[in-house]
Amino acid sequence: MNKIYGIYKFKRGKDVGEFGMVSLAVDIAGVRLRNPTMLASGILGISGKLLRKVAKAGAGAVVTKSVSLRPKPGYLNPTIIEVDCGFINAMGLPNPGVDYFMKEVVIAKEGNVPVIASVVGERVEEFVEVALKLEAAGVDALELNVSCPHAGAGLIGQNAELTYEVVEAVKQKVKIPVFVKLTPNVTDITEIARAATDAGADAITAINTVKAMCIDIETGRPILSNVFGGLSGPAIKPIAIRCVYEIYRVVDVPIVGVGGICKWQDVVEFLMAGASAVQIGSGVIKGLSIFSEITEGLKCFLEKKGYEDINCIVGLAHRV
Amino acid sequence: MVTSMNYPRIVEVKEIVEEAYDVKSIFFSQRGLKKPKAGQFFMIWIPGIDEVPMSVSFIGENELGITVKKVGEATAALHSLSVGDKIGVRGPFGNGFTLSDGDVLIVGGGIGIAPLYPLIMDLLNTTDSITVVLAAKNNKMLIFLDKISNILRRECDSLVVVTDDGSAGLRGLASDIAAKLIEEKSYDHIYMCGPEIMMRKIFDKAEEKGVEVQACLERYMKCGIGLCGSCCIGEYLVCKDGPVFNSEILRKLKDEFGVFKRDSSGLPIEFSS
Ligand SMILES: Cc1cc2nc3c(=O)[nH]c(=O)nc-3n(C[C@H](O)[C@H](O)[C@H](O)COP(=O)(O)OP(=O)(O)OC[C@H]3O[C@@H](n4cnc5c(N)ncnc54)[C@H](O)[C@@H]3O)c2cc1C
Ligand SMILES: Cc1cc2nc3c(=O)[nH]c(=O)nc-3n(C[C@H](O)[C@H](O)[C@H](O)COP(=O)(O)O)c2cc1C
Ligand code: FES
Repeated sequence: MNKIYGIYKFKRGKDVGEFGMVSLAVDIAGVRLRNPTMLASGILGISGKLLRKVAKAGAGAVVTKSVSLRPKPGYLNPTIIEVDCGFINAMGLPNPGVDYFMKEVVIAKEGNVPVIASVVGERVEEFVEVALKLEAAGVDALELNVSCPHAGAGLIGQNAELTYEVVEAVKQKVKIPVFVKLTPNVTDITEIARAATDAGADAITAINTVKAMCIDIETGRPILSNVFGGLSGPAIKPIAIRCVYEIYRVVDVPIVGVGGICKWQDVVEFLMAGASAVQIGSGVIKGLSIFSEITEGLKCFLEKKGYEDINCIVGLAHRV
Repeated sequence: MVTSMNYPRIVEVKEIVEEAYDVKSIFFSQRGLKKPKAGQFFMIWIPGIDEVPMSVSFIGENELGITVKKVGEATAALHSLSVGDKIGVRGPFGNGFTLSDGDVLIVGGGIGIAPLYPLIMDLLNTTDSITVVLAAKNNKMLIFLDKISNILRRECDSLVVVTDDGSAGLRGLASDIAAKLIEEKSYDHIYMCGPEIMMRKIFDKAEEKGVEVQACLERYMKCGIGLCGSCCIGEYLVCKDGPVFNSEILRKLKDEFGVFKRDSSGLPIEFSS
């Protein structure tokens, strides 16, 4: 495990001079991003035009809403609720189904940044079928959502064997890179991360939301129609950082960090924990300018610290 | 991180008014809620049933109202409420109308008059004249007729009632009557809410004559706060960038406005006339 101790790329205190000289570009399993910020799955990613808009607003890549074989209406409302430091959602993976969604992918591609399609299924064969169709539609990579905390498919990501099976089946069929998105709702996330990479995952995305619920005290009723949902936003950032840090120690593939990112400092923290890129979900509530604000902040930080390349800080917190 | 209005406030139903056989207004206290603007909406939670978007149709000192047309399960549940029952209210959301001056035309088709009523109240203070086209399928479905005739007290204001079958007022389609008015008079601004095909026709006519419009749109709402994308139209979100869109934006939405909306899964559904 050369990587754990080998922060060989780490350069310190070197004056890089001009602002523009700092490189923010990253490469995740062959997917090249102009900067390390991506739109997280399930946020706005239901239409090609919205994905294109997010790309134009400065995201380095965009991830689509999780797409299944057949259209899914999702759960009845309320599907999202704000709590202290975040949101709890149980959308129920609404999506128009892969056959229709292929048309939206074409429009999303006009944003000129990599489009990563999130895939969800009830069974192994469904994952494979959806993955193949999205590959044919021209997406740059796939992200397998085996981690939704309030849908049946979420159970896959809680079981190392099932995860292995799904990832292996998809990897055998598609040529584009496959990311696997993990759930924190497990005893040991490294076990699942290992299963995914053993099966050939090209990158790990961590984390999906944390299983949660809330009850209205006036009426004594759970608010979400599905009762349980997933917690996102600043509340889960420390959990996500811990997961990325743990996963970095056991896998050799790039990690995409996600959970609670609202500002550039959060991104630096994820990178130092071992992520090579990040995704932003709930933080989009502040507006799409979050992408350009974060990249500006990252540039200033790197410049101030004397790094020429953002990749230099990946995994920094692991150095001994 | 965000405002606290994204959590349902539990309010008690204070008053219920039957507006037509399938339309009821429900009033509740504003306490704990930010004062809305005309054109903004609330997500109304009926515990155990659903949470649906409803425009604010009455903005009082301390009281707010919504006006609900019964079309399915959630709206039927709202119709079965009694005074004293509790509902959850999340919001207000969306942009609301922008007030203008001069001579304005207001077109409300069916339940579409709901968000326009508080707008008319505001416009009475800023405009020279107001012409309201109040349209419905038939006289039984006509709502707010008394309310609106009561507030249009100025000499310069007028009210045109239109029904598809002529059972009240003029016989015809609201879009045709409005188009004729736009052709004959010179309005400074047009406000509308109602069936989208009606609004599209009026928009096209207004474009021809160079009159600015504001149209209040509906799309399937889930989060109501600009996160999920469910309510998208073009690159815009009806819950956040709308529900009121002006001519400048409508021009960019020509392949969707009055053409299709999306169902809860995101699949397009074409509007039928
Ligand atoms: C911004 C906005 C303001 C609105 N204001 C009013 C109003 O003032 N008065 C009024 O009577 N109605 C209003 N509506 C429409 C109202 O939300 C729907 O009629 C209601 O949701 C129907 O629910 P249901 O269960 O009774 O019907 P269903 O049988 O579930 O559906 C009937 C129709 O309502 C639509 N609908 C259902 N759920 C939603 C949802 N979550 N979001 C959007 N559409 C939905 C369906 O697509 C369908 O076309 C508004 C809608 C929007 C988007
Ligand atoms: C409204 C909403 C919908 C989501 N839908 C999906 C989804 O379809 N697929 C998925 O993999 N993750 C989904 N997520 C999880 C996010 O992609 C992300 O992993 C999580 O929200 C943590 O990041 P954040 O704190 O930046 O939001 C969703 C999150 C939210 C808030
Ligand atoms: S309803 Fe979710 S973005 Fe508008």
